[in-house]
Amino acid sequence: MKFENVNRRFILKSGAALGVGLAAPMHFIRGAYAEDMSCNMPKGDTVTFGWNVPLTGAYADEGADELKAFQLAVKHLNGEGDGGMIATMKPTALKGNGILGKKVAYVQSDSQTKSDAARDGAKRMVERDGAIMISGGSSSGVAVAVQGLCQELGIIFMSGLTHSNDTTGKDKKRYGFRHFFNAYQSGVALGPVLGQEYGKERRAYHLTADYTWGWTQEESMKAATEKLGWKTVAAVRTPLGAADFSQYITPVLNSGADVLILNHYGKDMVNSLTQSVQFGLRDKQVNGKKFEIVVPLFSELMAQGAGDAVKGIYGTGNWDWKLDDDATKAFTKSFGAEFGSPPSQAAHTCYVQALLYADACERAGTFYAPAVIKALEGFEFDGMGNGKTLYRAEDHQCMKSCVVVKGKENPKDKFDLMEVVKVVPREELDYDPAIFGGELGPSDPKQC
Amino acid sequence: MFNNPARNDWLLLAGFSAVVLCLPVLLEPIGAAYPALMQKFCIFGIFAIGFNILFGLTGYLSFGHAAFLGVGSYAAVWSFKLFTMNAIPAIVMAVFFAALFAVVIGYVSLKRSGIYFSILTLAFAQMCYNLVYSVLTPLTNGETGLQLSLQDPRVIDAMFIEPAAGLPRVNLFALNISGGGYAGFYLCAVMLIICFFIAMCIFRSPFGMMLRAIKSNQTRMRYTGFNTRPYLLAAFVISGMYAGLAGGLMAVTDPLVGAERMQWTASGEVVLMTILGGAGTLVGPVLGAAVIKYCENIFSSFSPGTLHGAFGFLPDAIEDPIVSFLSLFVGDGWNLTLGVVFMLIVIFLPGGIMEGLRRIRMMFNRRPGNGRKIPATQTQPAE
Repeated sequence: MKFENVNRRFILKSGAALGVGLAAPMHFIRGAYAEDMSCNMPKGDTVTFGWNVPLTGAYADEGADELKAFQLAVKHLNGEGDGGMIATMKPTALKGNGILGKKVAYVQSDSQTKSDAARDGAKRMVERDGAIMISGGSSSGVAVAVQGLCQELGIIFMSGLTHSNDTTGKDKKRYGFRHFFNAYQSGVALGPVLGQEYGKERRAYHLTADYTWGWTQEESMKAATEKLGWKTVAAVRTPLGAADFSQYITPVLNSGADVLILNHYGKDMVNSLTQSVQFGLRDKQVNGKKFEIVVPLFSELMAQGAGDAVKGIYGTGNWDWKLDDDATKAFTKSFGAEFGSPPSQAAHTCYVQALLYADACERAGTFYAPAVIKALEGFEFDGMGNGKTLYRAEDHQCMKSCVVVKGKENPKDKFDLMEVVKVVPREELDYDPAIFGGELGPSDPKQC
Repeated sequence: MFNNPARNDWLLLAGFSAVVLCLPVLLEPIGAAYPALMQKFCIFGIFAIGFNILFGLTGYLSFGHAAFLGVGSYAAVWSFKLFTMNAIPAIVMAVFFAALFAVVIGYVSLKRSGIYFSILTLAFAQMCYNLVYSVLTPLTNGETGLQLSLQDPRVIDAMFIEPAAGLPRVNLFALNISGGGYAGFYLCAVMLIICFFIAMCIFRSPFGMMLRAIKSNQTRMRYTGFNTRPYLLAAFVISGMYAGLAGGLMAVTDPLVGAERMQWTASGEVVLMTILGGAGTLVGPVLGAAVIKYCENIFSSFSPGTLHGAFGFLPDAIEDPIVSFLSLFVGDGWNLTLGVVFMLIVIFLPGGIMEGLRRIRMMFNRRPGNGRKIPATQTQPAE
């Protein structure tokens, strides 16, 4: 660098430029904060929600269905359409004229099933678009990451489909709420059915998606099956989004196991299940017993992807559109009328979450985040498809019934792929929130 | 002509700084003026500037730079977990560990050149990714990502501060960096300007000249009696440190790190950024980084509804086909937009955006009666 040309005039000029640059940030510092303001309190006549769903990646199908559910929820909240579950929810403060008189608008982002992309999307919706609540999910890894971010930003996160024990266990947050059931409850629900169908003398082999959800589901399924007297031969971790599972399935054939438990979800499950069936696992006899495959978390969308491979396979679900109650019927009807297909469990949980948040705002009488959190904690409601449900205050987990499902042998049409074997009541699924540890943290409002 | 390169450099630096610091105002019209995205612009700008020191000057195409980015992030988050929430030790640790990795990987990879070098770096990066993803799960928490927790020791903080309820934020002494807001952006912006200045010094130095010479004819260099390996290794480590710094800043502005940051697609992304902006130029990589991050964050957020809003003035018969065609390129199709832009640039402007800008400038300067001479720009690709 040469310095001889740095003269007085140059210094004056650059000094002025620097001054402008340094003064620029002052422009953005907002004025005095009111006492009961939390991040992104709506000022105009609309309130904005942010949908953060995977539109690409292994969970894209679920993400697309979640987005549909959110759009439907916004319609119903604004009093358009037939109202869906607003009519069946009790108690409810929703009037079908928006929330606290403000119309609901939404923004969306593609979480790509990646934590970085999901957090980028969530930050955009909060910082630029002024979203007051973020919802969505499908991967627990992403849900945990976004939940952590929301806690930091002071934005309520109503998680969509996330099944890991950690979301409301080890990684629970004061600003995060989950309606969906978890891996522990899957194990409790599925265990007795498996014992009854497959006997007490079984050797299980786990293939597990290698992230928080897979880990906790593997742990919960191990606990549930070992309680029955089953033995665990091996538990192998597979990367999320692997298209080819053959290298993981071949060892199963020679392991002496007679049950394969697939802790996979979305396209991963579609691939691993289809490939297992193609490898002839289900036609084999091992230890004198027929080889069986179990998929602990099961959904209609995956069944559509896997085709014939799902017949006779057991799993659990948060909810199923074939359940016989008014709320389920109302929701299935309005979803079907809007999109021409029945809703998946992912769609259901997202729709319910949007309504629950809206209802909590109405009951609290404000959008002020700490007050809304208080309104949600310990809230007991009914008429949302899962019977009497409690939003537990200790860990923000909904306590409700769930279903054990089985792939149908003779489906009527492409939506009728699963049958509900058993509705497991809420009492059986109850557990002590302390077993998973974690701390909710404070609910103090953040300014943004 | 080039009467006074040093003075031009100062002007370039001043102009660059002014633009970076005024980003919140400049980006307002295109909907990108929110801290999270502007941070990304700066961070990936740093990443691309560093990559350009290796690729633009020496012509060695590394396909594994995301590994250093990831190492930097993990080092920074561990510094938050173990020592203190202050950003400075985290950044220092990030750069140090990235440099350490770069020395090891560079020492081995630089034994080869050309495509073999690229493949070696790719292999190393993929190894790092797989280690992080599954083998080192206790250290990295795998796919789920490494996060702060309330149980972290944070020994230095514990000595001085009474911990408040909830997770602490990353700070620069009294200033909160993480958790949204403009402080994080200005930290990244200042870092970007410093990095830009260092890169400029390298470009103009005899060392930079040596690197350019390696690019144009390494064999001749060797015959003249230069040992090129130390120069290459130095360039590799410097660029690895830039990547580490970028990774560290990512962790500083948002203290969470996932394995996907180290995937080969992330390495490919920085190559795209550099080529898109103009390899071998000073400003090009920063522009490329901004364009790619803008596409990723903004185009992916458009839904068909947004398009209907934009084209609502047209009659339905015209509007619907346009919207259904364009919706292929937005939302989850943003990669397609990026692909098309990249192809157009590589085919018509092989020197990237910088070449485009230069051509535009030439066009104006050629006008008769303009009076000015055609300036030879200092942002010429190294060749």
